[in-house]
Order: sequence, then structure tokens, then C-alpha cells
Amino acid sequence: MAVYRRNYKPYSGALTPAWSRWLVLFRYSRRNLFRSKFLTGLFVVCFFYPLACLLMIYLAHSATFLQEMGVPMGVLSIDNKFFFHFMSVQGVLAFLLTAFAGPGLISPDLANGALPLYFCRPFSRAEYVLGKSSVLAILLSQITWVPGLILFAMQASLAGASWTSTNLWIAGSLILSSLIWIAILSLLAMALSAWVKWRIVAGALLLGVMFFGAGFAQAINAVMRADWGHFFNVAYLMGTVWNALFQVDSEHAIPVAQAWVALLVYCAICLALLMRKVRAYEVIR
Amino acid sequence: MSTTAQRGAVDGVSEQTPPAAPLAPLVEIQGLSVRFGNRDILQGVTATLRGRSIGLLGPNGAGKSTLINTLLGFYKSSSGAARVFGYDVATELRKIRGLVGYMPENDAFISKMSAVSFVQMMAELSGLPPSMALERAHEALFYVGLAEARYRPLGTYSLGMKQLAKLAQAIVHGPKLLILDEPTNGLDPSARQRMIRMIKDIRDGQEMRIVLCSHLLRDVEDTCDEVLILKQGRIAHYSNLDEERRANKRFLELETYGANGDFTEAIEKLGCECAVTANRMKMILADGVETRDIFRIAAERQVRIRRMNFRRDTLEDIFLKAMGS
Repeated sequence: MAVYRRNYKPYSGALTPAWSRWLVLFRYSRRNLFRSKFLTGLFVVCFFYPLACLLMIYLAHSATFLQEMGVPMGVLSIDNKFFFHFMSVQGVLAFLLTAFAGPGLISPDLANGALPLYFCRPFSRAEYVLGKSSVLAILLSQITWVPGLILFAMQASLAGASWTSTNLWIAGSLILSSLIWIAILSLLAMALSAWVKWRIVAGALLLGVMFFGAGFAQAINAVMRADWGHFFNVAYLMGTVWNALFQVDSEHAIPVAQAWVALLVYCAICLALLMRKVRAYEVIR
Repeated sequence: MSTTAQRGAVDGVSEQTPPAAPLAPLVEIQGLSVRFGNRDILQGVTATLRGRSIGLLGPNGAGKSTLINTLLGFYKSSSGAARVFGYDVATELRKIRGLVGYMPENDAFISKMSAVSFVQMMAELSGLPPSMALERAHEALFYVGLAEARYRPLGTYSLGMKQLAKLAQAIVHGPKLLILDEPTNGLDPSARQRMIRMIKDIRDGQEMRIVLCSHLLRDVEDTCDEVLILKQGRIAHYSNLDEERRANKRFLELETYGANGDFTEAIEKLGCECAVTANRMKMILADGVETRDIFRIAAERQVRIRRMNFRRDTLEDIFLKAMGS
């Protein structure tokens, strides 16, 4: 026997606040993402290095351990380079995670024509992009600046107030470097998946943009005997910005300000491409 | 007496119901034009639609779907204005979308989601709290007849089931207006019948008004009381099918045996207009004259009525006239 009678009744109950609708999309998309065991495994792997760093910070302040190992105090130094390396490793993992998780966020909606169903409701394109991108933003935050700040807090609590006051800028660098990387990765992954509509191709394209971009940049520099080819290499631009943020000595062919501008231009282009594709129906002129 | 005549007579009496009070305007369109590139898709469309269920008819490329998509704010108009439930499409889109349920023409689903999750998500996006959305998702799927299949991924559904799932997501949040774009597209005859029955049921439930876009005359004729016919982006015809049906009830076609001038004269004396050709007769019944009066006169004069039809314009006639104009 059916649980419900086959009749229709209207709804006249309370509605959720309009501002909170993007959270619905976030919730469903995140739940859908973690149905993949591979992705869940990769997400777990992303916490191995932060745990190792946590252990390293603890050991660096453990006099007994250092004494037993015969390591003089101060050799294991927790400084800006330590956090730069942390960000470099987590940045690569964030990229891999995005390559697997990013394309599956929008491409199924486009491939199955689901966008009109979203946008015929009191739900805008901006809310759609916010809901989808927040999945990646929160996922990547969980493996970049959040563990970075936990490590910083741990180091601060062990090293004392003077170290904290001298190195407080590192916390800001952690957040800023993570945010720009998250923005670039999220927007690039979503823009590519919106344009090719096929999840696997979009993932491959993201890898291609990074690796072929680097190769293309090298080729241009070699042929033209110039440095501006680096503008096609997103990883190089990001490295330049991170080096500056963490005050790590490194030679870079492109000024930091130009690298910042180039990254912001990449973000703007991806956003424009995304908003062009994320429509209920594409208008063919 | 033929069966047709009997049926016609019975229909003639039972369908003479007084017209319902006019409903508030559902859609008001003023000089609406939509242009894509250098193509005019809609050209200065002006209409006020008030019916409980309104059919949008027209050949492919007439602008039916464009009109619907413009009312939903998917396309921007190049000139003119449109209002749905009195809300301006250009400025109060969110309010309009809160009142509308939309079933698109093409495939629209998320393949790896089960039907119940999909419909629940759509209800939540319309503003229903999660627990209520889940309950109504089950109800909507039961209502459309997908109860047994509601936990299956949508990607495994047949075309007919996908159409029903689209209908479920369109009604789950209790909209005031249901917009159906080619709801019977690709359905086999029995699935089409089921869909039409459901649309009629929704229409008769008095809770929702319906705009149905189709190029199938039969679908519109079965479900709609008003019809707007579009041709090349312009309104070719707008008519109230109910009124038209009522008006046409006065137009009779008879096939008789043994009729003579006496029979025609007797009918004309009742105030009816008659035109006779051989053993066929066409007449317009005068006010107060019913088919039973025709049978009585025929019986008194020993005239046999072989066939009696209400000759009314079918939607096909209306459509063809509109296309011809």
C-alpha cells in the first residue's frame, strides 16, 4: 500500500532565508563529492604532511629528543622557509585535489541540462557559482591555510611571545598565499569544466593548463629570448608571489607586482568564462 | 436515430454551464520583443492571459519557448515589458520565480542523483526547509507515479520517467503557476495519456494555473481553456477555447431521410437559420431552441435523422486559420 495518497497539496509553510540558498548547493555538492572513495583517500593523504610538520615543530622544541639525537638546539629551525615548504607541498596536493574534484562540480549540470532547473527558482547565477566554488574553497582551505595556522599556533605556543610577535606576518602570508592559490585553482577548474562539459576532459585540461603552460612558457622564452613567456606559466607566477609573501630569497624573472596582476587577470578571465557558460540556456546568435 | 445524434443531444444539454468569473491576469505582455543577434525571435507581442490553463501553440521556431524563457528571465527582452502575477519580469524576477514551477523541454536532471534527492534539492533551492523538502519530494514522486523508482539514479530512468521526474521537481514546492514546455515530447501513447491525465488533474485541482507550450494540437486541446497561437514571433491568434466551444454548440449539421420543405419551414419558424443541400442541412439554433425540439419536429413529420453533429471549429481548424492568416 502506498504511503501517500496520490493527490497534490499546495505548500504554504515557512521558507528558508533567501541568502542561505547557496548553502543548499554547497551541502549537496560536497556530499556528492565525498561519494568517491578515491577522493576521500586523497583528502586523507593531504593531512600526512601537516601531521609530519606538527611532529617536527614539537621535536624542534623537545630538548630531550634533540639531546638524544645529538642535534644541537636551533638546527631544526621553524621559520618562514619552513612554512614556505609547507605551502609548497600543500599547494601541489591542493592542485591534485582540484584536478579530481573540480571538474565534477559543474560539468554534470551542464551535460545533463540541469541549469534551467536551478535558475527557474529564486536562485541566481552568482549564488550558483558561490555554492559550487565554496565546495572547493572549503575543501582546499582544509588542507592549506587552516592546518598552516594550526602549525603556526603550535609553534607560537612553544616558541613564546617574542617569536610570535616577530613572525606574526607569516600567519598573514599563509592565509594570503592560500587564498590566491585556492581562487586560481577553483575558478580555473570550474571554468574549464563549464566549457568542455565532460568531467574527465576537464580534469585533463586542468593538468594540461599547468604542465603545458609551463612548457609553452619555456618555449616562448627560449625562442623569443625574453622573460614574458612566464606569464603563461601559472605555477611560476604563483611561485613568484609566494616567494615574496614568505620573504624567501629567490631570483625571479618577473616583478612580484606583475605576477600579482597576472594572477588576478587569470582569475577575472576564468570568472568571465564561467559566467558566460553558467546560464539557463545558451543564446546562439 | 443515430448514436452520434444521441450523444450530441446529451452533450448539448450537459455542457451548457454558465461561464466562470474571469480570473486575475496571469501574464501581461506589452510590445515584447526578443532579438538574438540580427534575428527577431519575438516581435512586439502584446497579450493578457487570464485562463486557468493556457496553451502556447505554434510551429517550430514560432517563439513559444522563447516567450516562456523570457517570462522566466532566462532571456532579456530587447523592448517591451512583461508581468507575471503583476510582477515585472525585468525587476521582480525573484518574486516571479518563487511562484513558478518549470518543466523544461529537454533533458534536465543530475544523472548520479536519486530522484528523491534530486527533487528534495530542488525543493530546498525553492526555499523549503530540508525536512519539509524531503517529505514533499516523496509526495511529489508518489503523485506523478514514480513511487517505486524514487530511489533509483535519474540516469537509469527511461524518457517517460525522466519527464515525470521533471514534473515532480516542478510541482514539489507548490508553485502558483506551472510552466510546461512540450511535456509529452518523446512519450509513447500510454505515457502521453498518463501525462495529459496528470496535467488535467493539476488543472482541476484549482491550486495551480498552467501555461503549456506544445506544437501538438491534441495536447493543448485536451488540457487548455485558452490558446495563444504564435507565428514567426507574432501572435497569430488568441482564443478562449471554452467560449469557442460554447458558441459552436449552436451550430448543427443534420443528415436526414424523408425531409421536405415542410420540415425546414418548421425549423425556421423556431427562429433557426437553415441551409439545405440534398439530404443535408446546416443550421444555427436560435436562443431557447434545443436539439430535443428538432427531434420532435422530425418525429411529427416522420423525418428520419440519420446523423446529427455539432459542427464546431476544432483547434486544428483554429490553428490552420491562424497559420493561413
